[in-house]
Parts: sequence; C-alpha cells; structure tokens
Amino acid sequence: MTQEILLLPSPRGPLSRWCVEALTNAPDIAALSSAVDLVPPDVLSDDDAQLALWMLYEMHYLGFDDVDPAREWDPTLLSFRRELERRFERELRERTSSVVDDALTTPDVAQAIFDLCAQDQSPAVAAYARRTADRREMLELLMHRSVYQLKEADPQTWLIPRLRGRAKAALLQIQYDEYGCGRAEEVHQTLFANTLAACGLDPGYGAYVEDAPGTTLALSNAVSLLGLHRRLRGAAAGYYAAVEATSSMPSRKMSQGLTRLGFGPEATYFFDEHVEADSVHEQLAARELCGSLVQDRPDLHRDVLFGAAAYLLVEGLFATAVLDAWEAGATSLYRSGADGTDAPAVGRVTA
Amino acid sequence: MTAGDDDIRPELRVCPDGPMLVRGAGTVTTDDGVEHRVGRPVIALCRCGLSTRAPYCDGTHKAQRNR
Repeated sequence: MTQEILLLPSPRGPLSRWCVEALTNAPDIAALSSAVDLVPPDVLSDDDAQLALWMLYEMHYLGFDDVDPAREWDPTLLSFRRELERRFERELRERTSSVVDDALTTPDVAQAIFDLCAQDQSPAVAAYARRTADRREMLELLMHRSVYQLKEADPQTWLIPRLRGRAKAALLQIQYDEYGCGRAEEVHQTLFANTLAACGLDPGYGAYVEDAPGTTLALSNAVSLLGLHRRLRGAAAGYYAAVEATSSMPSRKMSQGLTRLGFGPEATYFFDEHVEADSVHEQLAARELCGSLVQDRPDLHRDVLFGAAAYLLVEGLFATAVLDAWEAGATSLYRSGADGTDAPAVGRVTA
Repeated sequence: MTAGDDDIRPELRVCPDGPMLVRGAGTVTTDDGVEHRVGRPVIALCRCGLSTRAPYCDGTHKAQRNR
C-alpha cells in the first residue's frame, strides 16, 4: 500500500477554524472559553461543528501529517471536544427518546433492534441508487460513504477492552471478518478503497472529507463519540447492531445500481461481500453482542437501544439531505460545483 | 445440505425468523452437489428459501416478513 498523507482540511466556519489553529499551533487555554461560546446549541447537522469534531476525533485514528501527534491528549483540545460532544449526545438522546421508550417494551433486545430498523421511516438512499441515480449521483454517494467506510469497524474496535466474556467474543468474530480474516486484501476498508478506485475516484483515506456536509460527517462522528467513551459502550454496541441490520439489502441495491450504470465487479465487490457478511454480522451483533451485553448488564439496556436509534436517526438525516439536494437538481456535496470526477480541493488529501 | 469438515464439529444456532448461524464449517455442500468453501468464521445459512445468494442468507427474509 502506498503511503497516504492526511492534512488538516480547510476550515468552513469559526469552530473548524479554531480547531485548525489549535491543532497547528499550541492551543491557548485562555482562548478556550470564547471558542466554546461559538458552539451552537444544535450541532447534529452543523457543517462547521461536525468538521471540527471530525478533526478532533481523527487525532485518535491515523492523525494528520501536519499536526504534532502529542496534541491527541492536549487538555484544551479535549475540553473543546467535550463541549461539542455534550451537545451532540444531548441532541441524539432527545431526538430518539420516544422510539427508545417504545423499544424498551420489547423484552428481547435483539428483536427490539430488528423492529426499530424495520419500522424506521427514513428515506432510503440505496433504493434510489438502485433504480434512479445517475452516474454523478452514484459517485457523490460513494464520496459521502468513503468518510466512514475507509475506517469501517475501527471505531467499534475501541469497544473490545470494555466488554467481557460472550459480548467480547461476539464482537471479535465480527471484527475478524471486517478485517479480512487475516487477509490484507480482504479488509473491508481496502475493499471500499478498491470500489472508489474502480469508479475513478480517489481511494485515499480522508480524500473526500472536504466534500462532506455535516450530515455525512455526523455518521462518522457519532460512532467515534460512542466508541471513544467507555460510558457509552452499550450505545456503541446497539449502534453497531443497527448498522449491520440495515446493511445486507441496501448493499445488494448499491451493487445493482452500480451494475445498472455499467460498473464492473471491481466496483461492486465491496457491496456483494457485504450482502453475505452482514447477514451474519447482524445476527451476531444483535443477538450475541447486544443480547449478551444486556443479559450481563441490564443497566445498559436503554443505552443499547439508544445507540441503535441514534444510528437510524443520523443515517436518516444523511439520506434526507442527499436526496433533497438531488431532488432540487443540486450537488449533495459540501462544496457547490463539484461534479465528483474532478474535484481536487486545496489542502486536502493526496495519496 | 451439509456443512462441515470431517475433523471439526460445527456449532449451530438457529435465529428466530432468520438464518442458521454455523460456526466452524469448512465447506457447505448444496443439493446440486456443489461444494462451497467457507471463507469466514461464522456463516449464515438461508432458511427461508428466498436468498439470492443461496446457500447463504442475504437478508431477504426480512422483506418477506414485512409484507
């Protein structure tokens, strides 16, 4: 694999500007409170807040080549992140509380998760991709998805040391499969990079972050939020189960859409693999990961369901934003004018 | 349909309204005599007969149930 370089993105507002400056130069603790004052009450769909959060989380993944790695644990940056997270989590909880209340009346947690997914009324972007999307829209969709898919499964790996026994073993079975069962060429992140390359897109890690609106970044940030806090491990497990339980059929639709548009097996393999893999993973995640976790720790029952509902909420906001943009004949990407085929932006990633 | 190698004993789990999970299978042989090599630690075998990726589950049972 060629060496990838990830550089800080261009700021898109006061919060991401503060983060770029604080990550580049030593953060100024005296300036923290005025930066915190800039954080809006609602951050879930906020382009600037989500980019700021994405940068702060990225310090815990591969990091940026133009940032001192020691900043990962800088207390000023962590304090700022905490302010963004507080609002993010509050919003996720408020907007899912009634569906979580309903789901709690189903005693079997796995069944409750499957029901939540089946009852979700959000628009489905994969159904559109299968039947209607044109080439530009399909490429945009892959660019959006690349933000998370190129680190697929990594946020859930943080759960491993926070679980015991059966739940830990169940998670590891999913993760082993996600990471290619010991075969580097089968790592799901790599399969997605192959899909990007087969479609003529940049397979580089983080390549399309600057094209991603807040609702796209929120899909990556929500799972980082849940993965990075031990307190939220129940929600992280539930989130994972909902991701897996809503993946098989949409993956098939994505594959059919790509085939309809003339893309070959190199492009569809990632999705074909997920039809089968996620039919296994959804059972393991809902029954063995979440089921065992709630059996061992009944106090986490609500949080498991909260995590599942949070995923459906954030994915629904993403799908709505993308489909609304296309409906209006506009790009769904953050920058206007990008057409998906020649969209290099200043300061973004190069492979 | 049979699953497994001679030297290992696969572990089975039937999922309500869902597939059968098989842990530790080396191969799956379908009715037509075709032997499918298993590439993952756990597989989900279709029980509803509607999968487009038989013998493996592809999640189609959910569409059927919601109908």
